[in-house]
Amino acid sequence: MAGMVTLPTDSPAAPPTPAKGPTGGRRWNRNTVEIRVLGVLRWVVIAGLMLFTLFPFYYMVLLSFRDLSSLVQDPGRLLPTLAEFTAETYRNVLASTESGGQGFLRFMANSGLIALGTVVLTLAFAIPGAYAVARLKFPGQRQVSVLFLSVYLFPSILLAVPLFVFFTRVGLRGSLVALLLVYVSQTVAVSIYMLRNYFQTVPASIEEAAAVDGATRLTIMRKVTLPLAMPAILANGLFVLMIAWNEFLFALLFLVENRPRWTVSLGLSQLAGSIEIPTTVLMAGSVILTLPIVVLFFASERLLTGGLTAGAEKG
Amino acid sequence: MTEGPALSERRRDRGRGAGPRGRGTLRRREARAGLTLISPTVAIVVTLVVLPIIWTVALSFQELRLIQLRTAGLLGDYTLSNFSQVLTSPGFWTSLRTTLIYSVLGTASSIGLGLVAALALRRSFRGRTLVRASLLLPYVAPVVAATFVWGVMLNPQFGIVNEVGTNLLGWDEPIAFLSERSNELSLFGLTIPVPTALLTVIVFEMWRSFPFAFLFITARLQAVPGTLEEAARVDGATPTQLFRHITLPQLLPTIAVLSLLRFIWTFNNFDDIYLLTGGGAGTEVISVRVFEYLISRGDIGAASAQALVLATVLLVLVTVYYRFAAKDEVA
Repeated sequence: MAGMVTLPTDSPAAPPTPAKGPTGGRRWNRNTVEIRVLGVLRWVVIAGLMLFTLFPFYYMVLLSFRDLSSLVQDPGRLLPTLAEFTAETYRNVLASTESGGQGFLRFMANSGLIALGTVVLTLAFAIPGAYAVARLKFPGQRQVSVLFLSVYLFPSILLAVPLFVFFTRVGLRGSLVALLLVYVSQTVAVSIYMLRNYFQTVPASIEEAAAVDGATRLTIMRKVTLPLAMPAILANGLFVLMIAWNEFLFALLFLVENRPRWTVSLGLSQLAGSIEIPTTVLMAGSVILTLPIVVLFFASERLLTGGLTAGAEKG
Repeated sequence: MTEGPALSERRRDRGRGAGPRGRGTLRRREARAGLTLISPTVAIVVTLVVLPIIWTVALSFQELRLIQLRTAGLLGDYTLSNFSQVLTSPGFWTSLRTTLIYSVLGTASSIGLGLVAALALRRSFRGRTLVRASLLLPYVAPVVAATFVWGVMLNPQFGIVNEVGTNLLGWDEPIAFLSERSNELSLFGLTIPVPTALLTVIVFEMWRSFPFAFLFITARLQAVPGTLEEAARVDGATPTQLFRHITLPQLLPTIAVLSLLRFIWTFNNFDDIYLLTGGGAGTEVISVRVFEYLISRGDIGAASAQALVLATVLLVLVTVYYRFAAKDEVA
C-alpha cells in the first residue's frame, strides 16, 4: 500500500504520455488510440466494479429500513423515502423470542463470545508457536511447517463428518466449548503462518543483545519480540475474529438443534427459509451480522491487507 | 533462511564458553524451547484435524448410521460397500461434473475480474484507498448475509434484478435465478440451453472471491519494477503491448499460485451453494452431497466415503496441475 504515496497524483484522468512518434502531431496512431480508449475504459471499469461489489450492501441496508408490504408494492424503488422509513425491523429482529422478536441480541452475544474466545485461544497457541517456527531450531521443524500449510489448505467439509461424529459420541456436540476448540484448530495454522512471516522481519540482533544482557528466552519474547510484533498480532487477531464471526458450517453442524446457542450466521440462515418472518426483518438481521465486520475491516484495512499479502510479495 | 545455520553456530559457541547455569549446549536448549513452544499447537492440530482425517478413512469402510452412533463400537466390520454405493449412486457423476464446472469457471472468473480490478486501480487517483477497501468487502462479509441478500435480490417476486429486468430490459417474465435448472436463451435465432442456477452460483463465487485475487495481484504489481515498462514505452510499445509482453509475464507466477489456491477452495466450497440453492436445480456439488449423506440420510459411512472421493479427486487434479501446468511457477 506504499505505492500510492510515491506516485504523483496529478490529473485524475490518465495522464497522456507525450507523443513519442516523430510526427508529434495529433495523428491517430495505435498508441494514442489505446491510451484514449483505456483512459476512458478504466473509469468505466472502476465504476462498474464499485456498483457490482457495493450494490448488494446498499440493497441490504435499504431493505432493512423498509416495511415488507411497501417492498412488495414497489420493489423497484432504490431511494429511501422518509414516509416509509421504519426501524421496527431492527426492534423485531433484536428482541428476544419471548417478546415476539427473533432473538438476534442473544445470537450476537453467542457469536461475540465464540469469536473473542477463538481469538484469545488462537493467539495463545499461535504466538509461541510462530515464535518457535521463526526463531528457534528444533527437530521436526520442517514437518511442522508442512503440517500447518496443509491444514490451511485442507477443506473443512472433510472434517465435518469425523468431528460431528466424535463430538456427538462424547456428548459435547452443542456445547460452545466444542465449537471453540474446532475454530481454534482451524485458525491456528494460518495464524502461525502469518505471524511467522512477521517475526522473521524482527532483527535477531535485538534479541541477541537482550540475551547478552542476561535475559532469558521468555523475557526476550515478552519484553522484546512481542511489543515489536504488536501490529502483526493485532492484525492477526482481527483476521481470526472475522473468520470466527463469519463461520457457518461447523456452527450449523454443532448448534442447529439448540436455538438459544445459535450464532448470528446460523440464526439468519435458519430463519431465512421461514415464511412467517418478513424478509425486511431478516435484512435487518443481515445488517447486524455484517456491520461489525465492515466496521472492523475499515478500521484496520491497512493492517489486514498488509498481513494477508505478506506471503505473496515474494511472488 | 541463509542466516539460520550461521546464527546457531555462533550461539553454540557462545554457549560453550559461558554456560554455568545452562544444562546442555545452547543448541539443545534452543531445541527444547522450540518443542515446548510449538507442542500445544501441534497437539490441538493433531487432535482436531489429523486424527479426524485418519478416522474418516476408517469410517468410510464401515456400515455406520447416525442412529446407531451411541451404541456402536468404534471399530466395526470393514466393508467396501460405502464406496460402491457412493460411486454408483445416481447423480454422483453429474455432481462431479457440476463441481468441476463450478470450480473451473469460478476460479477463472474471479481471477480474471481480480486482474482487471488490479489493473484499473494501478495508477493512483483521489480516493483510491477507499475504492480499494470497498472492493474487498465481498470477501470479508459474512457468507450467510451475502447469500441472503443475493437471494432476495434475485427473488422472482420482489427482487430488484427481476424488477429491472422485466421493466427496463424487456424480459418476458421474471427469471428464477436460484431454482431454475436451465433456460433457453435465444441469440441470433439460435436457442442455447443455459444452466441458470449453476451460472448464478458461479457469478456469486466471482463476486465473493475476486477481491482475494485483486489483493494478491495488486501486491505483486507494486513490486514490479517500473524501469522495464519505461524502457518498453520509450521504444514505442503501446499499453496493450506493455501489458501483454511486460506486465503479464511478471504476474504469471502469482496468477498460477492464485489459481491453485482458489481452485482448491472453490472445489471444496460448501457454504455458498448450500446457502444459495441448497444444492438444488443442478447445482449439487460433492461437498453438499457429503452434508446430505451425513445429515439428511444419517449415513456416516457413505458421507465419509463421499468426502474421501472428493479429497482424492482434488489431490489428483492438484498433482496434475503441479506436474504439468505450473511446475516452474508454483515451486
